[in-house]
Amino acid sequence: MDPVFIAQIALVLVIFHALLLSAAGMVWAERKVAARLQQRLGPIYVGPAGLLQPFADVLKLFFKEELRPLAADRILFYLAPIISAAAAFSAFAVVPVGPPTDFWGLLPEEIPLHVADVNVAILLVFAITSMGVYGIVLAGWSSNSKYSLLGGLRSAAQMISYELSLGLALASVLVMANTLSLQEIVNSQAGYWSVFGVETPIPRWYVFPQIVGFLVFMTAGIAETNRAPFDFPEAEQELVAGYHTEYSSMSFAMFFLAEYINMVTVAAVSTNLFLGGWHMPLLPESLGFLWFLLKVSAILFFYLWVRWTLPRYRYDQLMQFGWKVLLPIAVINVLFTAAGVIYFGA
Amino acid sequence: MELEVVLFYVFAGVTVGASVMVVAQGNPVYSVMLLIASFGGLAGLYVLLDAPFTAVTQIIIYAGAIMVLFLFVVMLLNVPREDAAEAGRGHPLNPPGARRLGMVLAVAFLAELGWAAWHVSTRQTGSLAAVPPGDVSSVGQIGRVLFTEYALPFEVTSILILVAMVGAIVLARRESQ
Repeated sequence: MDPVFIAQIALVLVIFHALLLSAAGMVWAERKVAARLQQRLGPIYVGPAGLLQPFADVLKLFFKEELRPLAADRILFYLAPIISAAAAFSAFAVVPVGPPTDFWGLLPEEIPLHVADVNVAILLVFAITSMGVYGIVLAGWSSNSKYSLLGGLRSAAQMISYELSLGLALASVLVMANTLSLQEIVNSQAGYWSVFGVETPIPRWYVFPQIVGFLVFMTAGIAETNRAPFDFPEAEQELVAGYHTEYSSMSFAMFFLAEYINMVTVAAVSTNLFLGGWHMPLLPESLGFLWFLLKVSAILFFYLWVRWTLPRYRYDQLMQFGWKVLLPIAVINVLFTAAGVIYFGA
Repeated sequence: MELEVVLFYVFAGVTVGASVMVVAQGNPVYSVMLLIASFGGLAGLYVLLDAPFTAVTQIIIYAGAIMVLFLFVVMLLNVPREDAAEAGRGHPLNPPGARRLGMVLAVAFLAELGWAAWHVSTRQTGSLAAVPPGDVSSVGQIGRVLFTEYALPFEVTSILILVAMVGAIVLARRESQ
């Protein structure tokens, strides 16, 4: 068989399992970081430094009884976690994780390091993540419980509000890169910025001219993934556990999985958009995916850090912040970016 | 059969089947989900037509943004079943003449469908082939045309949406005065 075809199939499998593993790793990291920030030790007994704790958790969830409220809507109740997990996995399919490579001469030609090649990749990520909200909303409605319903409704309102700012922050990068393909956006960030014809040692990443867009994107990204301080869909002090109150066993695990994979996706996309993807001085280009992993890990650590540092907003503050602060900033940022691109000529 | 033809029938089947089920079954939440499935099938057809940008905007705008609002409203109303049709003639959602009007509209729609099918089957395909492929999928091209040639319709549409929004807010906040 064609070695390129085999390599591409292998790549699909590797990325799928890497996502699963990254979710497990994030659970461990979340508990470790939380513990350290609160001067505790976190998991230490299962495996070295508690590294096998997430696998023990998954085994436990696997053997738990699957419960369903009697008044729940049976079809939608089981469909909801599947929608969540499927959307989380498929959104990552178009995210490139490294430069095209022939694996050091193993293959006759280079293959790109992402599952699907789409020329509107960045919009596709956006479209699929907006499908993920149905998992949460349907879980809330079909559980037939007031806490779940409130969590689902809050989630829908929150995601609609913050999707706008996220999209506009995205648009300002697209205006500068003049393409919708993630691969080309990353490639346009190779090299260094030059100011008025003088080359500077600053890498040509979009985070430097687009610092406002980056901050808006990160903030909206936290809200989109339902993380603290914007974790209203599952605010435990008010809503027990929000939309997944009635879920147990593997259905619950699927929501959990979706939440962590969404975080990884947002971190990977913001690395590609703002932090130059796999481009970085020092290492050769063929080892670029190491830089990519490092940058994604840094953003993920930032997420954990924020969660365990800031208290939750109030719901009206969340809406006020989204519509009256974040959205105007994002709109003005797009206007200035477009004007700058026209004035300086791309 | 070619793969594209198979995919066309799959997506067309999903689109039509889901659309029929939207009106054929009574649970409003299921209707919303089936309408999303129908939009998904439509997006698949756009991809087959080499218009990935249209497909993705279809998902983002219709399946993503608008249907979330639909679902929101349906969930807030929390109507388990649409039983207006079974409620008989006294029901406010069943005014006299509604069935007759529906009959007239259905006949008009079927006539239109038949005319369209006849028109397509007898028309020369040359006019379609004259359009250069790839023009519809270029984002830059779409943006340029939208803001130059179609600038007025574009702005009128945005004002229309603004009016609808202001109207909704006025209606929603009426009781506080």
